Amino acid sequence: MKRTAGIYLIIWTAVILSGVFGLSSECRAEKNVILATTTSTQDSGLLDVLIPIFEKRTGYFVKTIAVGSGQAMAMGQKGEADVLLVHSPDAEKKFVTDGSSISRRLVMHNDFIVVGPSEDQAKIRGMKSSVEVFKKIASSSNLFISRGDNSGTHSKEKTIWKAANIKYEGEKWYQQTGLGMGQTLNVASEKKAYTLADRGTYLALKKRLGLDILAEGDAVLLNIYHVIEVNPAKWPKVNAAGARAFADFMISREAQGIIKIFGVNRFGSPLFFPDAGKRAEELGSR
Amino acid sequence: MDLIIEGIKKAFYLLITLDTEVMGITLLSLKVSGIATLISLFIGISVGTIVALSEFPGKKIVVSLINTGMGLPPVVVGLFVTIFLWRNGPLGFLGILYTPAAMILAQAIIATPIVMGITLAAMQQLPKKLRLQILALGATRLQMIWTLIKEARLPLLAAIMAGFGGVISEIGASIMVGGNIKGYSRVLTTATVMETSRGNFDIAIALGIILLLLAYFINLILTHVQQRVRPR
Repeated sequence: MKRTAGIYLIIWTAVILSGVFGLSSECRAEKNVILATTTSTQDSGLLDVLIPIFEKRTGYFVKTIAVGSGQAMAMGQKGEADVLLVHSPDAEKKFVTDGSSISRRLVMHNDFIVVGPSEDQAKIRGMKSSVEVFKKIASSSNLFISRGDNSGTHSKEKTIWKAANIKYEGEKWYQQTGLGMGQTLNVASEKKAYTLADRGTYLALKKRLGLDILAEGDAVLLNIYHVIEVNPAKWPKVNAAGARAFADFMISREAQGIIKIFGVNRFGSPLFFPDAGKRAEELGSR
Repeated sequence: MDLIIEGIKKAFYLLITLDTEVMGITLLSLKVSGIATLISLFIGISVGTIVALSEFPGKKIVVSLINTGMGLPPVVVGLFVTIFLWRNGPLGFLGILYTPAAMILAQAIIATPIVMGITLAAMQQLPKKLRLQILALGATRLQMIWTLIKEARLPLLAAIMAGFGGVISEIGASIMVGGNIKGYSRVLTTATVMETSRGNFDIAIALGIILLLLAYFINLILTHVQQRVRPR
């Protein structure tokens, strides 16, 4: 009995290992670039256009892991990603100052918008100041749906609540989905609730949503994307060359040109505005 | 309702036109879950049989552990496999995180206890005297085990179906360890979730229908094999 078990064990270990290695040897590690990014860049479809071009030009293979900005930076902090494309400037600055990054460059921006049901019970339509908008939503006790996932959108939302000096946690009118932007918009649409969304994802999903843009244009609502290279000195296994190539590509004239026109055909307006070479501070005056 | 009809139409459109991306996703689903099920069969049936046929102290604890494993939550498996496979994790040297291989590994871990548990139950259900009888007829140990496995064919095929059904429909682990990378580690379930969050509900429904069809045909084949066995 024992011998049979031993033989079984050897055979099946061999089978598993050969299966695992057989499949993993399909691509060599140094050609892989792990890109941790936000759900908005994937859900809008932008990366589906940019990444194949990058792969064709350079021969790298990009593994896009679409999570919230918070998780993307957590991956970077552990050296589990090579390059990040994120939109959470305050958290990013911390990421850079604690030595997790060697380079952080501006790629593009769009803006956040406050969306809600067309009936607009809280009467925020057309209001400019997002702080006032949030105050009004809170006092109307109409449902507000939050991402609640430490994403860039979520941290922007928290910043505005803080500026408006409103206690939202645990309130009846405040619910968190813990999901990506697309899913959260679907939830908000079903519940006839307000939410903060990035314009790109909203436009990409608009046809299925019963949500209108109710407030926009405040400088606070700027949504800025940076490409960040993870520090290889801290994490030797990071593919620094691949990360550099990807970051360079994102700010290259070619990629910036694609970003500029991406979405125009489908939505009538671009989803993102290319910003390579600019400084984040210049964008506020748009 | 319109949406569902649109989704069904889309599913057949994608199937009939042999849409390359959808075909790739479907084949990868089949490949990953198929290999994972095969691995789980080898480990599950052999260990399940050994545990069923041998007596040792603490057997009840082992059996209860296996039975608990049958309900192993895929996300928990996904989380642990991810942490182990991280570049800086204990198995980081393998470099297989965000590959189909990692998905196979995670799915095999999910399916193995299912197969093992059902095998265990199937083998224990066989009459005890059968073993003695087979040995008395001059069979070697291996021949005896083979005969017992053949005797338990019906429940063992059910084990295959349960294991395969468990992993082909699983999403939590696949998205965590595979990363849902386009054209590389995107399978039917992870693609469905992504298309849903993109608001492409028609494509999401279509992918869901393809997944159901795939599961149906696999089970149809297995059921065919299972029912061919003459009832004892």
